[in-house]
Amino acid sequence: MTDKIRITDSTLRDGSHAMAHRFTEEQVRGVVHALDAAGVEVIEVTHGDGLGGSSFNYGFSLEDDVRLVAAAVDEATQAKIAVLLLPGLGTVEDLKLAHDAGASVARIATHCTEADVSLQHFAAARDLGMETVGFLMLSHRIGPDELAKQARIMVDGGAQCVYVVDSAGALVLGDAQERISALVKEIGHEAQVGFHGHQNLSLGVANSVLAQQNGARQIDGALCALGAGAGNSPTEVLVATFERLGVPTGVDVQGALAAADDVVKPFLHRLPFADRGAITQGYAGVYSSFLLHAERAAERYGVPAHEILQKVGEAGYVGGQEDMIIDVALQLAAERERAS
Amino acid sequence: MSKLTAAIVGPGNIGTDLLVKLTRSELIEVHSMVGVVPESDGLERARKMGVPASAEGVDWLLAQPVKPDLVFEATSAKAHLANAPRYEEAGITAIDLTPAATGPLVCPPVNLDTLSDAPNLNMITCGGQATIPIVHAVSSVVPVPYAEIVASIASRSAGPGTRANIDEFTQTTARAIERVGGAGRGKAIIILNPVTPPMIMRDTVFCAIPEDTDTKAVAASIEKMVAEVQTYVPGYSLRAEPQFDEPRDIWNGMARVAVFLEVRGNGDYLPPWAGNLDIMTAAAARVGEQLARRKATS
Repeated sequence: MTDKIRITDSTLRDGSHAMAHRFTEEQVRGVVHALDAAGVEVIEVTHGDGLGGSSFNYGFSLEDDVRLVAAAVDEATQAKIAVLLLPGLGTVEDLKLAHDAGASVARIATHCTEADVSLQHFAAARDLGMETVGFLMLSHRIGPDELAKQARIMVDGGAQCVYVVDSAGALVLGDAQERISALVKEIGHEAQVGFHGHQNLSLGVANSVLAQQNGARQIDGALCALGAGAGNSPTEVLVATFERLGVPTGVDVQGALAAADDVVKPFLHRLPFADRGAITQGYAGVYSSFLLHAERAAERYGVPAHEILQKVGEAGYVGGQEDMIIDVALQLAAERERAS
Repeated sequence: MSKLTAAIVGPGNIGTDLLVKLTRSELIEVHSMVGVVPESDGLERARKMGVPASAEGVDWLLAQPVKPDLVFEATSAKAHLANAPRYEEAGITAIDLTPAATGPLVCPPVNLDTLSDAPNLNMITCGGQATIPIVHAVSSVVPVPYAEIVASIASRSAGPGTRANIDEFTQTTARAIERVGGAGRGKAIIILNPVTPPMIMRDTVFCAIPEDTDTKAVAASIEKMVAEVQTYVPGYSLRAEPQFDEPRDIWNGMARVAVFLEVRGNGDYLPPWAGNLDIMTAAAARVGEQLARRKATS
């Protein structure tokens, strides 16, 4: 029989980007209730940029993250509540507060080449008795072997699972497959491997299937694809697809479809969509959550968002450098001024 | 003027960059370079420059017949916490380049003139040295209830100490934004970027300001401060004019000024992209020289 995979739903974390971090407690309770009832085992609830993400640089949370975590814990009957933390931005102190509020899974995210900044946070999470997951962001930027070495650093530091995170939605089929295989080979006998996909090139679900076929056992999704860029692999599509493939997820298809349609869709201002900006992100390998920031800078400085994103990609900026979007917009505006 | 003598403890990126700067100083003479790893590149450089070097740690330093007046410590917060009482006992003033922050926080263009006689002075963090002058420039014109800084540095300029203790960077910098920068509440973010060729250190400062702020006065104060920092870090510059924005919902109704900085280093140890090393060591050297001047006039 095929191994069961575990779906982690990130509507209330990656989806926070698409919501400009304005989730209300009522929305959080509604989404957790529906996902929990459908059988989703892990639900991530945090500002899009993780604990401590509420800021000028990324956007302020409407409601305090820890309060939202506590509400999610209160609402869940079987699901574990996960939180994301980016070292350099959130701290062990933030993790302790989230743990006190009932979060039981710590997902620690670094740029794909910088795994060694996460060791202090994995150690703290293990000390708190939390389940641990490592997130190697913008995994397309380095090759499979190099990525596997970074996964090794996380596992040695205490990660029980390491994800290939396609933050830019830039991995094209075989690219995802090779990275998953390399990680399974390096850490598979000690830890699980996961995959987090984005839809910028519409390959989130296809890449997730390839990931499962190559040994990944944790897969991320978001209801209605609610996430950065063109969104995440839709949880409801993942669940339906895996059921047709005979891969058990433990999630009820009708329950997932209802959660997407009846709970999330009604509060969305815009459905995630592969528009010019989002496709440029997949094509140029740009961190997906830069999209709304680029749109705001485009409006403020009168330069096209896709040009900003293209430049940001060329400069090699990584997750967290949202401030550089304004910098690039200012440079583009200055170039236009000189040319006119 | 007689020079003060100084040991450097911690021969990593920061310690080695500082070594190069101090050997040029007319007010400080390098006493020794101290580490714990025999094959350290920093210790090797010190020896080549004719500076006594030892891999036997602080025990070695404190066993020397002639002890230094100052010690610059560039190890880790944990190591400094252990060493600080020993320096004090030996009567050596410590200039702490780790985020331990046991002593008063020093940012030269803000509070160099009011240095206390404390046995231990802390240099905050590289990101703090780059951004707190700007927070102070804004808060000296208008109230700043909240200030936030983002420091982006090249991965290659972040040594193992920085990487293992990244929380200490964010916490110490945030505290200094409040205490030295003058903001009501401070927040700090650090990003490591591995791109090749390496990116030059970049820092962004966001300050919440009143809606009716005299933006010209704030901009003038910022420009004056940039010129002041340039006196010891010539590669410190504004990437664009300060950007003033009206209050927005997503900023919880705050108006803000955003300041975009570039810190190009002097290339003393690592190349010019490592502006984070340069601003930290240049600021620390300035503190040491101030102590030398004060001693000479007292």
